[in-house]
This record gives sequence, C-alpha cells and structure tokens, in this order.
Amino acid sequence: MIVADRKSIHEILDMVKDCSNILVVGCKGCVTVCNVGGLKEVQILAATLKIARKKEGRPLQVDEALLERQCDPEYIAMIQDRVNDYEAVISMACGVGPQFLSEAYPNQRFYPAVNTTFFGGAVAHGIWEERCAGCGTCIIHHFDGLCPIARCSKSLMNGPCGGSDHGKCEIAKTVDCIWDKIVRKKMEQGRLNDLLQVFPAKNWQTARDGGPRRSRREELIQNG
Amino acid sequence: MSETFEPTLIAFCCKYCAYAAADLAGSMRLNYPSNVKITQVPCTGRVDIIHLLKAFEDGADGVYVAGCMEGDCHFVSGNLKAKKRVAYVKKTLEEIGIEPDRIDMFNLSSAMGPRFAEIAIEMTDRIRKLGPTPLTASSETCSAKEGTP
Ligand code: SF4
Ligand code: SF4
Repeated sequence: MIVADRKSIHEILDMVKDCSNILVVGCKGCVTVCNVGGLKEVQILAATLKIARKKEGRPLQVDEALLERQCDPEYIAMIQDRVNDYEAVISMACGVGPQFLSEAYPNQRFYPAVNTTFFGGAVAHGIWEERCAGCGTCIIHHFDGLCPIARCSKSLMNGPCGGSDHGKCEIAKTVDCIWDKIVRKKMEQGRLNDLLQVFPAKNWQTARDGGPRRSRREELIQNG
Repeated sequence: MSETFEPTLIAFCCKYCAYAAADLAGSMRLNYPSNVKITQVPCTGRVDIIHLLKAFEDGADGVYVAGCMEGDCHFVSGNLKAKKRVAYVKKTLEEIGIEPDRIDMFNLSSAMGPRFAEIAIEMTDRIRKLGPTPLTASSETCSAKEGTP
C-alpha cells in the first residue's frame, strides 16, 4: 500500500489560517491501513484544529467526511452536494486524493494534510517499511524477492557496494544492507552462482522517465 | 483569579484499579476535590487520543488517565497503550501552545484509596496553578468582544 505521514499541525493550521469553516475528508484506503487518514485520524485532526483555533480566539468550524477511496471519481462524487459549503477542504488521502478532488471541484481549495512517502507494508504494529519504488519493470525474481531498487540506498543492480558493514548499509547503522541479505539468501539456498550474472544497467524508461505513467486495461474500459 | 478559579478535571479511570480505588477512598471517607469528574472505562487501553482531545475541546481544564500499575493490567497492556496516547496528546498540546502538564497518566492499584485522593488533589492543585484552559479563556474574550458594539 501507499504509506504516508501526517503533516505537522502548524503546517495544516497555516493552510487554513484565513478560514472559519472547513471540511476534512479522510480515505478508507491505504491511509486508513497505515493509520494516517482514516476515520480516527480525521477526528483527531479535526479536534486538534478546533482546539488550536479556539485557543487563538478564532474558532474554526470543522466538519468531517470519509470516502471509500479518493482515487476513484465515483467516490469523489459522493461529497458533491456539500463540498462547496466550505471555505477550504483538507484531504487526508495520499497525494492522489487532493488532486482528484481539485479536478472534480475546480471552485474549491484543497489542501493535503499528509506527506505521501512510499510503497510499503507494516513490518510490525506501528512500523512501516519501503518495499517497492514503482520502477515499472519488476526484477525481484532474480534476487529471491528482495528488491535492490527500492531497498538498496543506491539502487545497485550488482551489489553490495564497498560500504556494506556487518549487514548494515553505510548510510545508517539502522538500515539493513539489502545486498547483504540478497547474498546471504543466495548462499543459504546454494545459488550464489546466480550472482555471477552481471545485470546491465536498468532501463529506467518504465520508471518516471517517460513522464506521468498511465495504465490502460482495454478489457475494463467502457465506451471506447 | 487563580484563587477563585475552580478547574474542571476529567479522569478516565479503569474499572479494575483507579475506579475501585475511588470507591475505597469513598468508603474510607477520604476527602478529595469535587472538581474531578470520573469516567469509568473497562480498561485504560480503551481510552483513545480522540477521547482525551474531546475532553479538552469540550472545556476540561485538565485531563488524566488512571490505570493499573504497570505490568498489572487486567488486559495485559492496556495501561501501556494509554501511556503512549497520553504522551501523544501531551505533544499535541505542546505543539499548539497549551501546557502539556494539563494531561497526565497515573498508575495505582485498587487497594490505593488514599493514593486516588492524592492524585485528585495533586491534579486539581496543578491545574489551579495553571489557570483556566486557554480555550475557555479565549472564548470568554471572544464573547466579550462580540458584546462590544
Ligand atoms: S523491482 Fe521495481 S517494481 Fe519490483 S519491487 Fe523493486 S521497485 Fe518495485
Ligand atoms: S551498503 Fe548495501 S544497501 Fe547500502 S548502498 Fe551499499 S549495497 Fe546498497
């Protein structure tokens, strides 16, 4: 899923400093799973904003909404009858949410309440880690399911680099060297020879190089 | 002002310890300030960040959570969860310029009636010193302003 972090309360307060009423819209997708933009987080943000503004003596009216997903127009449409009743709308979805909202409701101002960070998963309750960088051409089968693109700090195709130290990456003692893991796993499985193959530089055209990416599934497309 | 100020405190008390201790304090005829409004919860682990924030939003001058001794939670780790949530709210209050001391977490057993009374006194004194929450103070100034033609 997409992992995100909430922006600081100061940053969000600043976005809506001129407003007296706003709508905070959460998303039941990824940001609910990573506990950043679901029902509970919408309530917490709303309460915090209200307390902060009440303290300043300029009360802010904050209404709450929660959409199934903010990355699908049909769910975005569900707030159409109220979205323009506010001076601004804060989206707690990943970066896609406020963009879909802005496109659907061009007369409204939308602000992102979260910083969208990476594609990852929960390695323990409350801890998420990056696993994929969305490079567009998956090669992890060569590396026993360990991704050197997302998980090596230098995205090396033929590692490890000289900085690997006792299984840790040279950037920080808290970061595993994924190449150390790849080599160990190959050794455990008696397949170290796999790594004699030199992987050519990756073709990054499938990553961000080709401009904004698009996925088309003809069998799903209606009306042409 | 602070001499006449009577704060409102909300205490989230676990059924198995703090609430039982409050009962005991009652049977022991111990005096403690009437400023504290007690909300009984099945376990302090049930107390969420939003409950704590709402208490402030709704006008509490101080809030505290009272759970079992660490390691003695009826539901194993509810009190440890509550401790982290209290810490989160402390940090949030600090960020928005409200004294973090207005919220705290306490641990006691059901046999500690006198400690229950002590905590109530300690928190009431602390909040009395801090004065009313800036929320009520500012809404007063607000309505005063509104009253001025
Ligand atoms: S190789 Fe590319 S697509 Fe596969 S996991 Fe790594 S970043 Fe993601
Ligand atoms: S130490 Fe390992 S993870 Fe870090 S940059 Fe070098 S190969 Fe990549």
